[in-house]
Amino acid sequence: MEWITDPWPWYVSGPLIALVMFTLLFVGKQFGMSSNLRTACSIGGAGKAADFFKFDWKKERWNLIVVLGAVIGGFLSANYLSDNTVEINPDVADKLETYGITSTGDAYLPTEIFGTDSLSDPKILAILVIGGFFVGFGSRYAGGCTSGHAISGLSNLQLPSLIAVIGFFIGGLIMINFIYPLIF
Amino acid sequence: MKTLVYLIIGTFFGIVMYKSEAASWFRIYEMFEFGSFHMYGIIGSALALGVIGTQIIKGNNLKAIGGKEMELKPKTMSIPRYLIGGILFGLGWALAGACPGPMYVLAGAGFGSILIVIFGALLGTFVYGILKNKLPH
Repeated sequence: MEWITDPWPWYVSGPLIALVMFTLLFVGKQFGMSSNLRTACSIGGAGKAADFFKFDWKKERWNLIVVLGAVIGGFLSANYLSDNTVEINPDVADKLETYGITSTGDAYLPTEIFGTDSLSDPKILAILVIGGFFVGFGSRYAGGCTSGHAISGLSNLQLPSLIAVIGFFIGGLIMINFIYPLIF
Repeated sequence: MKTLVYLIIGTFFGIVMYKSEAASWFRIYEMFEFGSFHMYGIIGSALALGVIGTQIIKGNNLKAIGGKEMELKPKTMSIPRYLIGGILFGLGWALAGACPGPMYVLAGAGFGSILIVIFGALLGTFVYGILKNKLPH
């Protein structure tokens, strides 16, 4: 059964992501996941607070259906297609151990952060909310996330997307090199 | 019928995100530590095929189903918007260990705590919408 549960190597996964992008292009749409957050705000009535959310969200319904599919895909994978553990570089795992994260190799997400027991810790709760906040704020400010800029935008040789992706890495490197040592 | 197509594309995308481990916090952390080629290989190979395919589409003026133009509009140039927005996104990506696509996938995989991250992301999107006109673009 291992051939079913083993993770897919990069040279299988990357081309399949390109396939998703091209399939969407051929049905007349653009690959982009973060715009769904704006659509969700509009459905929730955020148009009353800011014009940014006043748009015909029904035109974006197709993308919400893609999201629904992604949820189903996650369910199927976690329950039938994976042993839900992730092996990473042992040196990186050692470094995580110094931060108190010891679930490397035993879980798909660190139980120290994503375990339900951890939710009673205000620090963990803050990490989850603030992490999400920056993802939501930053992706809308930059006009896209990993799918919209790093895949779609760069594939179309867009300089704005290159600037955004450089920004993603500046932000990520600041977080793990300067902010992680302060919070973990 | 169209709904089913989008549902299948989404499900396929979700499986790819999970099986490639691109939805794993550990892989994102490892990427920012430059500890493995894995994530760079995923993004790089998707991108290499993406660039070639997009050039073929443009060179042959290929149309989407129904004869519509493909969604390949150029983006408006700006430095502050993409750089500042990008840095803020990167801070969140490395902290939560998930970008928007994988967030939905992880919700389906049964990680309850990811709903808090999604709540944060909705809040961040909402606050951006409120502040949009005051920010440099």
